[in-house]
Amino acid sequence: MKIGAPKERAPGEARVALTPESAQQIQKLGHECLIETGAGVAAGFADEAYRQVGVSVVEDTKALWDQADTVIKVREPTDEEVDRLHDGQTLIAFFWPAQNEALLERCRAQGATVIAMDMVPRISRAQKMDALSSTANIAGYRAVIEAGNQFGRFFTGQVTAAGKVPPAKVLVVGAGVAGLSAIGTATSLGAVVRAFDVRPEVAEQIESMGAEFLFLDFEDSQDGAESGGYAAPSSPEFREKQLACFREQAPDVDIVITTALIPGKPAPKLWLEDMVEAMKPGSVIVDLAAEKGGNCDLTVPDERIVTDNGVIVVGYTDFPSRMATQSSLLYATNIRHMLSDLTPEKDGVIDHNMDDDVIRGATVTHAGDITFPPPPPKVKAIGASKPKPKEKEPTPEEKKAAEHAAFVSQTKTQVGMLAVGGALMWLLGQVAPPSFMQHFIVFVLACFVGYQVIWNVSHSLHTPLMAVTNAISGIVILGAVLQLGSGNWLVGLLAGISVLIASINIVGGFLVTRRMLAMFQKS
Amino acid sequence: MLGQEFVSAAAIAASVLFILSLGGLSNQEKAKRAVWYGIVGMALAVGATMFGPGVGGYGWMIPMMLIGAAVGTVLARKVDMTEMPQLVAALHSFVGLAAVFVGWNADLERRRVLAARLAESGTEGFSAFAATLASKTPAELTFLQIEVVLGVFIGAVTFTGSVIAFGKLAGKIDGKPRQFPGGHWLNAGAAILSLVLAIAYLNGAGFWTLLVLALLAFFVGWHLIMGIGGADMPVVVSMLNSYSGWAAAAIGFTLSNDLLIVTGALVGSSGAILSYIMCKAMNRNFVNVILGGFGGTQGEAAEIEGEQVSIDIAGVASALNDADSVVIVPGYGMAVAQAQNAVSELTRKLRSSGKNVRFGIHPVAGRLPGHMNVLLAEAKVPYDIVMEMDEINDDFTETDVVIVIGSNDIVNPAAQEDPASPIAGMPVLRVWEAKQVFVCKRGQGTGYSGIENPLFFKENTRMLFGDARSSIDTLVPMID
Repeated sequence: MKIGAPKERAPGEARVALTPESAQQIQKLGHECLIETGAGVAAGFADEAYRQVGVSVVEDTKALWDQADTVIKVREPTDEEVDRLHDGQTLIAFFWPAQNEALLERCRAQGATVIAMDMVPRISRAQKMDALSSTANIAGYRAVIEAGNQFGRFFTGQVTAAGKVPPAKVLVVGAGVAGLSAIGTATSLGAVVRAFDVRPEVAEQIESMGAEFLFLDFEDSQDGAESGGYAAPSSPEFREKQLACFREQAPDVDIVITTALIPGKPAPKLWLEDMVEAMKPGSVIVDLAAEKGGNCDLTVPDERIVTDNGVIVVGYTDFPSRMATQSSLLYATNIRHMLSDLTPEKDGVIDHNMDDDVIRGATVTHAGDITFPPPPPKVKAIGASKPKPKEKEPTPEEKKAAEHAAFVSQTKTQVGMLAVGGALMWLLGQVAPPSFMQHFIVFVLACFVGYQVIWNVSHSLHTPLMAVTNAISGIVILGAVLQLGSGNWLVGLLAGISVLIASINIVGGFLVTRRMLAMFQKS
Repeated sequence: MLGQEFVSAAAIAASVLFILSLGGLSNQEKAKRAVWYGIVGMALAVGATMFGPGVGGYGWMIPMMLIGAAVGTVLARKVDMTEMPQLVAALHSFVGLAAVFVGWNADLERRRVLAARLAESGTEGFSAFAATLASKTPAELTFLQIEVVLGVFIGAVTFTGSVIAFGKLAGKIDGKPRQFPGGHWLNAGAAILSLVLAIAYLNGAGFWTLLVLALLAFFVGWHLIMGIGGADMPVVVSMLNSYSGWAAAAIGFTLSNDLLIVTGALVGSSGAILSYIMCKAMNRNFVNVILGGFGGTQGEAAEIEGEQVSIDIAGVASALNDADSVVIVPGYGMAVAQAQNAVSELTRKLRSSGKNVRFGIHPVAGRLPGHMNVLLAEAKVPYDIVMEMDEINDDFTETDVVIVIGSNDIVNPAAQEDPASPIAGMPVLRVWEAKQVFVCKRGQGTGYSGIENPLFFKENTRMLFGDARSSIDTLVPMID
C-alpha cells in the first residue's frame, strides 16, 4: 500500500507526519512512502533526505492524494483536502471528532476511513501511539522555555559577588503530561516549583518530579481513574476553594503555567483577572489551554500580551510547532506504530481490525459509517482506587460503655485473683507454722514493692538495673556469714566459699553499675 | 558484738535503701545516686550481720571477703562494655552456687541440731544459724526442709543456666539451640525425679538426696539454656536474674532472715518483669521462649522478590550530607564490630552540621535488656537523643536517612506484613517508612532467627556491605 504525507496547509504549522526515519520503518512493513515536495522543510527535513531513504517525492498535491491509499497528516483536513478524499482511502491525523462533527460527516460521505490520533485510548498497549502525550510533553517543556524567554530573571537562585538572586517560583496548574513535563523542566532549571491538580492521586507524581503539591482539603475529591486519567469538571464548592488557593499563591509566584483541560469541554477559567492583578510586574503566565479558550481570563489565543501591571500573558497555541523537528520525530513515530498495528502481517496490506480496542477506539469513520463515539474499551486504563473505609468515631456513650465494660472486667479479674490468692494463703496458714506466715507476709509485700518500683525504671537503664539487682542478690552472703562459725568443718568450708563468691558478686556488680551510670551524659 | 535489736534495725534500713536504689533507676541523673543507696544498704546489711550475735569464724570470713572484693574489683574495672552481658550472666552463677552451698549447710546444721537434741548436749560450737535452729519447733523444722529444697533447686538451676548463658554470650559455646534427643522430656523427667527425691528427703532420707537433687537441677539448668538460641538471651539473662532472687528469698526463709527475703523478692520480681517486657517486645510468650526455638511456623513465609542493591561509602556520605534528619538503628552487629565509638563520632559530626540525629533502640536489640543504651553511653552519645521504639516509630515518615547498623530482625517488615512469618506480630522499628535506608551489614546472611528480611529488598534500601566499624570510620571524614 502507498502511504502518503501531504504538506500541512494550516497557517503556522511546521510539523510533518512522515520523517525519513519513520519512512524507513514504514517501508519495512511492506508499504511504499510518498511525500509532497517541501512538506518536511519547515521541520528541518529536506526532500533530498526523504529521497535518500527511498521515499517518492511527489510534486503535485492532487497526485499525492490520488495515489496514496493511506494519507497521514498532523492537523485535521481542510475543506479542500476532504474533497480530495476518495472511497476506500484511509486518513490518519489529529481529528478532534467531538468538535468537528460536520467535518466528520463529510469524510463519511466521501467513503473514507478516518483514524483520529487524538482518540487513541489511554491503555498501556497504546502508549507508543499516544500522540497527545508526546505533543503535551513537548508543549510542557516549551512552555517553560517560552516563560524563561519572557521572564527577566534566573530560574535558579544564586549568590554571586554582584548580589543575591532568589530562585524563580513557578506554579503549574494541572499535572497531566504537559504539566508534569513543565514541572520537570522548571525544577531542572533550578526554580522552586509548586503544582496543583484536582486529582489528588497525582500528588505522588508531582512530588516525584520535585515539585510541591498544593493540597486542597476537600471531601469527595475526584478519582481520575473513572475518566481514564483525565480530569472532570469540579463542583462549585471545590472551585471556590481552588480559586482561594490560587489567590493566595498569586502575589508569591513569578511564573504560572496553566495546563488544565477537560476533554470535550472549553478550558476552565482558573486564573482570574484579579489574580493577574495581584502578581508582581514582570511575572509571566503561559496558558497552554489557549486553544480551548484559555485557563486565564486575559489570554488571547496565539498572542503575547502585557497587562497594565506588567504581567506577560503568553497565549501561543503552537508550542509543538515551535519545536517542529522534535514534534515531527515523535509524531511520526506514533503514526508509524499505528501503521504497524494496522499491518499485523508486515506484508504491506492494511488490515483494519475493528475488534482491536486501540484501532476501534481511534477509528471515527469506517466503511461508510460514523463510528464515533467508540464503545468503552475492554481494558480499563487505570485501576480504580479503592475508597478507604472510614473508621467509625465512637460516640461518647459508646466510649463510656466501653470504658465501663473494661473497668468491670478488670475488677472481676482482680477480685478473682485476690480470692484465689486469699484461699491459697488460708490453706497455707492451715499447715504452716506462724513464724513462717510472718516471713511470708514480708515476702509478698516485698514482691509487690518490687513490682511497683521496677515498672518505673527507664528502658535505657535496664542493663544497669540488672547489674544492680545482681549485686543486691549477693545478699545470700548473709546466710553464709551466719553459718560460718559452725563447728563442722564441711559447713565452714562451704560457707567460706559462698562468702568468697558472693563478695565477688557484690563488689563486681556495684562497681560495674557505677561505671555504666557514669557514662550516661546529657547533650 | 552488736545486739539483735541493732541487727534488726540495720536490716530495715538496708531494705529501704535497696528499694530506693531500684526505684532511683527511673532516670539517668537519679540513678547515679541510687547506686550509692544500694552500696550503703549492702554495707550496712553485711556489717550488721557480721558483727551481730553469735557470728564467728572471722579468721575465714574476712580474708574471703577481701579476696572476693579484690576479684570483683578487677573484673568490674577490666571488662569491656561489649562484654557486659556475659559478665552479668557470670555473676548470676555465683549467686546460684552460693545459694546451693548455703542450702546444703542449712541441712547439715539441722542434722547437727537434731543430733545434739537427742544427745541432750549443750549448744557450744554452734554457729549463729544453728543457734536459731535449736529454738525451732518440729513443724518449723519441716517447713525449713521445704525451703531448703527450693533454695537448692533454684540455686542449682541458676548456677548451670548462668554458666551456659555466659558461654553463649561470650561465644565460647555455639549460640544455636542444642538439646539432647528427648528435648524437654528430659527436663520434665529430671524435674519429676527431683520431686520424688524432695519427698523422700522430707520423709527423713539422708543428705545424699539433697546432693542428687542439686545434680539433677544442675542438669536441668544446663539443658534448658542449651536449648535456647542466642537471640533470646536478653530474656534468659533477666530470667536467671529473677531466679537468683528467688533462690535468695528461699534461703531467707530457711534462715528466718527478713532482709534476705525482702531483697530476694525485689530481685526476683525485677527479673520477672524484665523478662516480661522483653517477651512482649518480641511478641512471644515466656513459656515459648524458655522452651526454646520458634514455635512451628504457620505455613510458608512469603517469598521475597527483587534483589539487594548495594552502595558504596561515598554514596552514603552524599545522602547524609543532603539529609536533615537521620535516625541510626544499632543492633548486636554494632556491638560485635565494636563500632560504637565510630558511630558516636559520626553522630557528633552530623549534629555539628545542624542535622537532627537520633537513635532508635528496639527493646531487644543486643544481648541484654538496654544493651545498646549502655554501649552508646560508653561512646559518649548523649542519652537524650537515644529514643525507644515507641518514641521514634511514628517519626520515620519524616526521616530522610535511616542507618541500620548490625540489626536485622528488629527492622524486619515481615513481622507486620507477612502473617506466615515466624516473627509475625513482633513490634519492629518501621525504618522502611523513611525516605532512604542504608543497611550496614557484614554479608548477605540472615539474622539470628534465620529469616529473610524483605527490608533489604525494598526500593528505598541500599546495602552497605562490610565491617561496620571500618565502614563508618571511612564514612566519617566524608561528612562535611
